Amino acid sequence: MAGLVARRIVLAVPVLLFVSLAVFLLAAASPFDPIHQYYGVQIFDASAADVARVRQQLGLDRPVPLRFLDWLGGVLSGDLGVSRSMRRPVADVLAERLPWTLLLAGCGLALAVVFSLFVGTLAAWRQGGWLDRLITALGHALEGIPPFVVALLAIASFSLGLGWLPVAGLTDAGSALGPAQVAEHLVLPAAVLGLSQSPWLVLHVRQSLLAAFTEDHVTGARARGLRERVVVLRHALPTALLPFVTLIGARVPELVTGAVLVEEVFSWPGVASAVVTAARAADYPLLTVLTLLATAAVLLGSLLADVAAVLLDPRVSADG
Amino acid sequence: MVELDSHDTTAGEHRSWRSAARVRAGTARGTGGAARARLRLGAAVSVLALLVLAALLVPTLSSAPGTVDYQAVRLSPGPEHPFGTDTSGRDLFVRSLAGLRVSLLVAVVSTAVSALLGTAVGAVSGSLGGWADRLLMRVVDAVNAVPHLLLGIVIVALYQGTVLAVVLSIGLTHWATVARVVRSEVLGLRNRPYVDAAVSSGAGRWWVLRKHLLPAIVPQAALSAVLLVPHAVFHETALSFLGLGLPPHLASIGNILSDGREGVLLGAWWIVAFPAALLVATTLSVSGIAAVWRDRVVPTRRSELAL
Repeated sequence: MAGLVARRIVLAVPVLLFVSLAVFLLAAASPFDPIHQYYGVQIFDASAADVARVRQQLGLDRPVPLRFLDWLGGVLSGDLGVSRSMRRPVADVLAERLPWTLLLAGCGLALAVVFSLFVGTLAAWRQGGWLDRLITALGHALEGIPPFVVALLAIASFSLGLGWLPVAGLTDAGSALGPAQVAEHLVLPAAVLGLSQSPWLVLHVRQSLLAAFTEDHVTGARARGLRERVVVLRHALPTALLPFVTLIGARVPELVTGAVLVEEVFSWPGVASAVVTAARAADYPLLTVLTLLATAAVLLGSLLADVAAVLLDPRVSADG
Repeated sequence: MVELDSHDTTAGEHRSWRSAARVRAGTARGTGGAARARLRLGAAVSVLALLVLAALLVPTLSSAPGTVDYQAVRLSPGPEHPFGTDTSGRDLFVRSLAGLRVSLLVAVVSTAVSALLGTAVGAVSGSLGGWADRLLMRVVDAVNAVPHLLLGIVIVALYQGTVLAVVLSIGLTHWATVARVVRSEVLGLRNRPYVDAAVSSGAGRWWVLRKHLLPAIVPQAALSAVLLVPHAVFHETALSFLGLGLPPHLASIGNILSDGREGVLLGAWWIVAFPAALLVATTLSVSGIAAVWRDRVVPTRRSELAL
């Protein structure tokens, strides 16, 4: 187990290095000159000497490989650079925004998992019936609907039509930040994020339950005359859960994608909406760190899924 | 690495369409499965044909496509404007179909970029083997480890507001899936007797690749390319929706939905609902066709998955 974790961490290093180098080269190839961002419209009033001096101060006059090494050294010593669009250290931006993203993504994922286990089991249990066909058809339809469309339609119906929930943001205008305010504003984004993640999970739970129904121990349980409820929930479902755990770990990229879109629509002040802000302003210091963060999350997700698989199923071996 | 029977855990292996196709293959079995699959294929093909025809013809034939009319802002759907009008008073029926045309075109071009790049990488990696194969596969892993939309956003931020940036952003993020499919196909083909026969009668590496491997991998590559089209459409709409994609004056589904965001807050739900419905109908019919095709091209997969 420790070996598995150590091996994965060693494998993660070249991936993260490669990703940061790729983003750095992309930034270097961009026609966008960061000096314009630093000055804004004042660049037209600044003298050439001033511009050159600032360029030197920011280290923009140095060749790309050296800049990459500088940046890398900074990251390794804990200095993540300064965000140009937010005009603050990247570390501060992360510290302020990451908790909100973790809250939203955590709630969304938890909702999606609980919902999919329930609905997927229901569909598999009634395989071929009208409920199963309805769930499967809705699942396929929902796969094709982008999360931001779901978000907009949810705002149109629950916020504007029914007036139950706030449209966007973290608190009402002028209200202090408090648990009640945040909870009220969290409901809609978390529900949309969870719903947008669930079709794959629902269909997967259904499919692996159907596969589990054909296994020997389930047939045995049925032959012993156990109640259907016991057979499905105690014999078939545990077998189906293992691939489900793996799937959840492998779906972190989609969770990140969903979080970017949902946070943007609901003006949720997390890191995912900061990606969009950073991209609009070509703020590469922030964008690079956020990309690395997402990559690390993906690798961590797949590692956690594998660890869970080893812990849950004695047949799975941790070495190989 | 963890060993799981039949469940690959590497990131990106469980791509959405794959699990979807798995389930679809599962529902198509049993009595009447073939007939139902044929029915579904017919429905998907006719819906797609209708949408593509409408997207090609309606904006061209319409008398005033994209005319801004501030006297007719946010009109609800009615006989004169079947889909209503948007926040600038443009007829949404014509604009949505024009948008569908742009979105589909961008998606198809970027899918072609991905398919070519992926086939090249996969074929080279599979036929060379050794360290080149290992290196290329690590690159594939790295590309798959970055959420595609995020990588796309990074690329788009380079050349904001140009069509080329959007095409590159989608093309450069989706090739990894094709590369993996093509590589495993090449690895499977390399040990076939006819390839052995060619090699032992003195055929060079390039000859074998061109004469024996490429013809066999083209159907696989084409299939995975078609499976990518819905993804590409989604990426175009998402990027444009975020204000990072196609230039705002160009009607695309993403740009219309981005306008619709403001419209929804003013109560004009139709600015989102109708273009989104067109989008969903298109992507679902494409993935429906691809799923049936997949079952035909890879029959073993179906029997494996039907269980």
